[in-house]
Amino acid sequence: MNTLKYQSQAVAKPYFIFAMILFVGQILFGLIMGLQYVVGDFLGGIIPFNVARMVHTNLLIVWLLFGFMGAAYYLVPEESETELFSPKLAIALFWIFAAAGVLTILGYLLVPYSTLADITFNELWPTMGREFLEQPTITKLGIVVVCLGFLFNLGMTILKGRKTAINMVMMTGLVGLAVFFLFAFYNPTNLALDKYFWWFVVHLWVEGVWELIMGAILAYVLIKVTGVDREVIEKWLYVIIAMALISGILGTGHHFYWLMTPEYWQWVGSIFSALEPLPFFAMVLYAFNMVNRRRREHPNKAATLWALGTAVMAFLGAGVWGFLHTLSFVNYYTHGSQITAAHGHMAFYGAYAMIVMTIISYAMPKLRGIGEANCNKAQVVEMWGFWLMTVAMVFITLFLTGAGILQVWLQRLPESGEALSFMATQDKLAIFYWLREIAGVIFLLGLISYITSFFITEKKAQA
Amino acid sequence: MSESFTKGMARNIYYGGSIFFFLIFLALTFHTVKEMPKRDNRENITEAVERGKHLWEKNNCIGCHTLIGEGAYFAPELANVYDRRGGGNEVAFKAFLNGWMKAQPLNIPGRRQMPNFHLNDQEIDDLAEFLKWTSELDDNNWPPNIEG
Repeated sequence: MNTLKYQSQAVAKPYFIFAMILFVGQILFGLIMGLQYVVGDFLGGIIPFNVARMVHTNLLIVWLLFGFMGAAYYLVPEESETELFSPKLAIALFWIFAAAGVLTILGYLLVPYSTLADITFNELWPTMGREFLEQPTITKLGIVVVCLGFLFNLGMTILKGRKTAINMVMMTGLVGLAVFFLFAFYNPTNLALDKYFWWFVVHLWVEGVWELIMGAILAYVLIKVTGVDREVIEKWLYVIIAMALISGILGTGHHFYWLMTPEYWQWVGSIFSALEPLPFFAMVLYAFNMVNRRRREHPNKAATLWALGTAVMAFLGAGVWGFLHTLSFVNYYTHGSQITAAHGHMAFYGAYAMIVMTIISYAMPKLRGIGEANCNKAQVVEMWGFWLMTVAMVFITLFLTGAGILQVWLQRLPESGEALSFMATQDKLAIFYWLREIAGVIFLLGLISYITSFFITEKKAQA
Repeated sequence: MSESFTKGMARNIYYGGSIFFFLIFLALTFHTVKEMPKRDNRENITEAVERGKHLWEKNNCIGCHTLIGEGAYFAPELANVYDRRGGGNEVAFKAFLNGWMKAQPLNIPGRRQMPNFHLNDQEIDDLAEFLKWTSELDDNNWPPNIEG
């Protein structure tokens, strides 16, 4: 059965499937690291912590990028009311990106990082060895090529079709993603400059342009599942992303408190980043409001649940947990502690992992020719996945927050001489790390349940 | 949301607001970069410091450690390790770092393992120079105490 409005939307499918495969990998490496936090020599000689972490965070970034690309290929043709400019290019870029991603991860796992740097000629243009930007320079170039081809394809599609607010916001977000990634190629010898501009990739992605992408995907899904008038939804979208950028751009200052920067960043960063929860709060109001005012009962209940869930969890993770440590006089004590880890986990899951699962939940039944929604049984299993993963993430965040508070208390607040050393403090936090690992196993069970839901199909009645 | 507040108005706030605050951000960035030489001691970046930074990156040190609070939270802060382990004394710190790097992995059962990166004496010296220079950066007085 063909259930796609535009046949070229089908190119989204491999992107979504590959994103889910990488997601499973990300969680497995997360569990390895979680265990290394308490059993320090676990797999020490085979997968050292730094390698596991690099795989964990890079898989996250790459699967989210695959998810965003799949989302764009799915929604842009429908919003533009025209076929994608070149489905062949989209599929070719999929294979290039997938191959580059797999090779890079294998490189991390199979050879020492310094060897990887040598065989990829890092010394010609050193960009490796910085957090989240560990990819060999050649991989980074590959990402740029893939992004350019992707933006060209989408841009040509939008040019020949309808220019909706959702399309324009999605495009702005994706162009911003590509532009700010270029700072990954700037790695000056002076660490002060290196660190300052590193945040142009990291912060202006996750607290800037990625929020545009999230907003556009959420608006698209809400229009589809609620049937609420486009004018209303798009007005909300503009308000939310306006708040996101007005607070988030100068909010970058909360990363500049303890760099080689003037003190005014402590004021600018504190004030503007204290406003950063507002767009996420507006998103919660908006998602619930739209679902309450729905004009149709969409059969895909799971997609609606994801849409509401991502708004709530993004508000808690990015908004509330971000605010907890964003004021400079608090951050002085919490910077680089387990509080940061707690915030990072819930924010990435709530805002970005969940928005990708929202669009996958909505689009996959159509991409697979099943119809508007999966059968009831599959949706129930998918919702089990939703709740297990989400509740597990709440507990992971709470346990890491507990660890962080105790860490600050023992290691940061006392004077030199009285403060406990880093390693001695870590021993005291073991109970929190064990509980976090248990919550991580529950998260994996949720993920297994979620993946299983794709394989549940209604039994056809025998003729 | 009120009907009199239209989508067009929302769009204008989005475009106007983002561009306005982005320009302010660029202006502050320009000023910050101009002020930075007062805080980063760039005149002390020797070739050894430069080689040390490359070694720091090439061995993914940031994958376990933090440097001024940024990085992974698995192993100690290193922007002030020069003061913590060397007491701010170059000879003492270099002796410590050389011994430390060569003793890895410590192989204490259950303890977090630092790999051995097989650096030679010259490389360890370069790394020490990089960490010494880093410890002298003016980062607005962070961390709160010597433990990092």
